[in-house]
Amino acid sequence: MSARIAGFGATALAALALLALVPRLGNAYYLALAISLLQYTVLATAWGMFSGPTRYVSLATTAFFGVGAYTVAVLGEILPWPLVLLTAAALGAIVAGIVGLSTLRLSGVYFVIFTFGLTELIRQLVVWFEVNKSRVLGRYVFVDITQADIYWQLLALTAAVFLLGWLIARSRLGFALRVIGEDETVAKHCGINTTFAKVALFTISATVMTLVGAIMAPRWTYIEPSIAFNSMISFQVLIMALLGGAHRLWGPVLGAVPLTLLFELLSARFPNTFTIILGCIFLLIVYMLPRGVAGLFEKLSTTAGGKARQRANA
Amino acid sequence: MTTFLTRRTALLAAATCAATLGLTAVAEAQTSIKIGYAISRTGPNTGGAAVTTIPNYELWVKEVNAAGGIKLGDKRVPIEVVQYDDRSNAEEAVRALERLINQDKVDFILPPWGTGLNLAVGPTLNREGYPHLAATAVTDRAPELAKRWPNSFWLLGTSADAAKSLVELLNKLRDEKKIGDTVAMVSIADGFGIDLSSAARPALTNAKFKLAYDKSYPIGTQDLAPIVNEIKALNPDVFIAFSYPPDTLALTEQSRIAGLNPKVFYTGVGTAFPLYRQKFGKNTEGVMGIGGWSGDSPAIKDYLARHKAAAANGAEPDRWASAVTYASLQMLQQAIERVGKIDRAAVIKDLQTGTFDTVIGKVKLENNMPTRYWWVGQWQDGEFYGIAPAKNEGARAAIVPKPAWVAP
Repeated sequence: MSARIAGFGATALAALALLALVPRLGNAYYLALAISLLQYTVLATAWGMFSGPTRYVSLATTAFFGVGAYTVAVLGEILPWPLVLLTAAALGAIVAGIVGLSTLRLSGVYFVIFTFGLTELIRQLVVWFEVNKSRVLGRYVFVDITQADIYWQLLALTAAVFLLGWLIARSRLGFALRVIGEDETVAKHCGINTTFAKVALFTISATVMTLVGAIMAPRWTYIEPSIAFNSMISFQVLIMALLGGAHRLWGPVLGAVPLTLLFELLSARFPNTFTIILGCIFLLIVYMLPRGVAGLFEKLSTTAGGKARQRANA
Repeated sequence: MTTFLTRRTALLAAATCAATLGLTAVAEAQTSIKIGYAISRTGPNTGGAAVTTIPNYELWVKEVNAAGGIKLGDKRVPIEVVQYDDRSNAEEAVRALERLINQDKVDFILPPWGTGLNLAVGPTLNREGYPHLAATAVTDRAPELAKRWPNSFWLLGTSADAAKSLVELLNKLRDEKKIGDTVAMVSIADGFGIDLSSAARPALTNAKFKLAYDKSYPIGTQDLAPIVNEIKALNPDVFIAFSYPPDTLALTEQSRIAGLNPKVFYTGVGTAFPLYRQKFGKNTEGVMGIGGWSGDSPAIKDYLARHKAAAANGAEPDRWASAVTYASLQMLQQAIERVGKIDRAAVIKDLQTGTFDTVIGKVKLENNMPTRYWWVGQWQDGEFYGIAPAKNEGARAAIVPKPAWVAP
């Protein structure tokens, strides 16, 4: 077992080293594409970390992403970069903690609606503050961060997220979450502190999303609420995680990578019909792959007996 | 059985998708000057881009190609356009530009619509050494940005300048005893409204105007009647609204209904749109707004006619950034022709130092910005003329007091 883990670790390290060389290619377009791939990989994986095992569908990705981006907009020129990132992570964790404590008792569709509303709430709060207190709307981010720096930071964050996800899955916390996902009432009866488990994971996942927002912010120079809190991010991350399969740690990557490439291809080749095609693809995913690509792999690798058992269970 | 039915439905959906794709095959001919742009065809910026930017890009390309193309040395080469949708999204805009530069290898790039997106693409265009002619961005950091990115040109000026010109005009009118000194000001709680109101507030107070009303309203406010009624009760001499198109229309309509008819009635973005005249007809007379152009100049008259003829539905340009956008394209063309080859560094140099003959008159940039702008315009007899700054060539005298509203 430990030999397998060591082998896996070595492969992952080698892949990481290879990926770290992407900025050396010297093509800004490929670098931009790679940044986009990593951004969605981290977001979707972080989303899956919480929503996969607990089956709570969260549309709050944008809210945390925006908090991160805005932290950079406010503090970017004042504090040194590592401190800015730390502050962003802390803010994300605090917001997630408060939100988690107050809402994770909600279930099903109420939670979805709340998380969607959360994005709008935070955005309106930022607008209110900027209009009435600071009297500027739209901030400038002039920090000395190159595209390659952004890429490397995202790569490091990707590695950290996978390591974290792997550790959590093997911990008591991960097991508790799986039980909650299967049946929350049973989990409670088993003596699991369900609220603590859910809030803890929600906070970890949200902190990662906040960091992505903070790392990405220097790419745009100019940040205003409508840019930082663009709700499209929530939906894209959700559909990526669903395509990949949120019940596995490595599932969301299988959705994030092909979909990011597909979005790129579509907006390059069909700029005017992009949204129509996107809608068709979403329909196809939901109809054809209800358990995502990860589910498809699992299905293909199970034996005929396993298949029969699955059918019997369904 | 259910599974089978859903599969079939899915296949049907797939077939529909395939049919949609078939309709949009892209064919591009080989030509010599490749010009690329990413513009908002979807998302919140669509309205602005569709009125001000896209028609002018299309008009210019059509006209240049009809004349044989851009003159490089002693031969003319036609323009080939590569365009994308930035979906009103900063990240998308940056990536589209990186694609234009690295994959499509375009020779020149035309900027996106709006302040936010122009700022977002600034660093990329600067790094890659492309000229950046921002014709639809109003930002107070323009002078600083022009220094930071010497390839960028900020043709629409700063909001501080806009507020200053308006207050200067009010000052002059008060000196002429045409208005008193009570001002009511409202602004939209968004970038534009906040920038302008925070510049106008000190300017008005320094000029000893009495600010009787000073409030902001959120984007998307449907009912502006309470604001208008409250202002009417104060009976101000001057009404200033730093508003966006939907609320510009709503405030005007509500003021007409409530009979708020101060001596100076000024509204924000959208006042200069042809739509405003369509909606209010005779009631536009005397209304002031941001923007304006020299409506009497033959170049502008000619531009208006060409724009109307070329646009799909005979649409007119707006009377502010449209002409500036078209002028920026003329400047780019003249700079390329003077350089005589695809040499972006030389073209940037020429834009910084040269003099250009455009629809808005002779343009010579100083520190990458024009030296004159139209900041206040007024509807006079069905045309939106520039009235301030008064020293601009072609400035008309203001009609004050504003005539009474008439029944539509």
